[in-house]
Amino acid sequence: MTFQNAAALARPELILVVAALALLVWGAFQGRVTALFTLAAVASLIAAAGAAVIGPQGRAFSGGLIVDSGAIFAKVVIYLTSAVAIPLGERWFARRGMGRFEYPILILLAALGMGMMVSAGDLISLYVSIELQSLALYILAAFHKDNEKSSEAGLKYFVLGALSSGILLYGASLVYGFAGSTRFEVIAAAMSHNAGLGALFGLVFVISGIAFKVSAAPFHMWTPDVYEGAPTPVVGFFAGAPKLAAMVLLARVLSQGFGDSVDKWRQILILMALLSVAVGAFAGLAQSNLKRLWAYSSIAGIGYALIGLAAGGVVGIQAMLINMTLYVVDVTGFFACLAALSRNGKPMETLADFAGLARERPALGLAMTVFSLSALGIPPMSGLWGKYYVFEAALKAGLAPVAVAALVGSVVAAFYYLRLIKVMWFDPSPGATDAPPAEASAVAYAAALFGFPVVLFALMALDPLAHTAAVALSLH
Amino acid sequence: MTIGLSQYLIVAAILFTIGVLGIFVNRRNVIVILMSVELILLAVNINLVAFSVFLHDVVGQIFAMFVLTVAAAEAAVGLAILVTFFRWRGTIAVDDASVMKG
Repeated sequence: MTFQNAAALARPELILVVAALALLVWGAFQGRVTALFTLAAVASLIAAAGAAVIGPQGRAFSGGLIVDSGAIFAKVVIYLTSAVAIPLGERWFARRGMGRFEYPILILLAALGMGMMVSAGDLISLYVSIELQSLALYILAAFHKDNEKSSEAGLKYFVLGALSSGILLYGASLVYGFAGSTRFEVIAAAMSHNAGLGALFGLVFVISGIAFKVSAAPFHMWTPDVYEGAPTPVVGFFAGAPKLAAMVLLARVLSQGFGDSVDKWRQILILMALLSVAVGAFAGLAQSNLKRLWAYSSIAGIGYALIGLAAGGVVGIQAMLINMTLYVVDVTGFFACLAALSRNGKPMETLADFAGLARERPALGLAMTVFSLSALGIPPMSGLWGKYYVFEAALKAGLAPVAVAALVGSVVAAFYYLRLIKVMWFDPSPGATDAPPAEASAVAYAAALFGFPVVLFALMALDPLAHTAAVALSLH
Repeated sequence: MTIGLSQYLIVAAILFTIGVLGIFVNRRNVIVILMSVELILLAVNINLVAFSVFLHDVVGQIFAMFVLTVAAAEAAVGLAILVTFFRWRGTIAVDDASVMKG
């Protein structure tokens, strides 16, 4: 492996590194955000996604960077949703008089970290990439400096995120010590010879650390507070892509590093999945703030993805990938709706604020209805297909009771989704809302159109792509 | 008595536990939480270096270098967020970080 080959494999990430550093210098000299600056950041993300598609596959840096179809699939989704987050958030902050050039750069760095996460083939690159995206996200959560809640959200996110990184790292050190290597393939070889108890003990810590990052119960307690306090477009960003990245990373660690111990980690995943679905369904019932409500909704959503992963094998990982991809589009669209709506300049966040929205802003009301129905899993919305794949995988793996329990959870959760729809369509409006900004409503409409009907056609392409990606991820 | 691998692991496990408890039990000060995070990371470093020596494998020490570097960056980000928090509240007590609940 020559250096040129390694650099070619890392080309998407190199584009992002160079772009982030160049934009930092540019921004520091210019001191303010211009349209060209935002455009350059978006263009570099799209270029990175393109480079990932046409680039070569293979391994580089002593196995620390794995570029396979699984990594490429995840990178395209991650880079494109990050590209959407830049104009969305940049305009949102600009309207509040605090447009700063650091915002696109932090998104770029977070996207870089996520791109490295899905390519990590080694405990060191795993840790460094998780930290790169986390540190950028902590700052983004506290980015709205003039808001009391935002700094509290940033502080909570930082403290619990740092704790989770510490737990993950402690697990990584045990895995390294007992398996004798940091590379996943060597760990897998060591595990197949003697299933070392110490390494499995370490794996439990690693799973817990990643569960914090994807906000799976019982490691979800930071999620509602952070979602409520952080700036709305930022929440739309970190509720989507980072979770997909962490799930792909978890899939790779489990199948490529610990593929032989599947019956040992499967129980942990099932437990976390069912707890997540239950917490998401029951705790969501009591919420009146929509950002908190969607935090619980996303906890339940991660539960379904974890069921796919627990089912294991190509089918299970494919189900997880499709579920997460559809979820990422949905959640981006939902928070774009929240970012678009305000009344007398104040953001609309509580359930009461949304009364009568469907009559006053029919398009946005309809979009939010699509997202609610999709999260609920009503056919033929995109959320249904995500759940369909997961349940199919669970049935094939003989996890029928788990699938039934998760279905009961979504029936309970139906209450709060239907309540939101009822409030939007049938309750009297408390007053006129402000005109929605173009970019946020465009993102919301595009995501709603994807939720139905575009998803039916997208699935035809998504299904084989996710299958190839799952085959690559489950190889060991 | 010779000092073997298990002694190092026990020290690291104790430090790790103190660090985790420091985050959960401490109700006073956010700075103490930052110190607890550092304690966790240093416990991990003891693990890594001890394993590295006993495995005769240098990767563990390289890993420890990465951990030290990231820990410095993490402390910088954490303190920066703490400063914005302090500007609003005029306090860094843990119990005061409670505008949002539920």
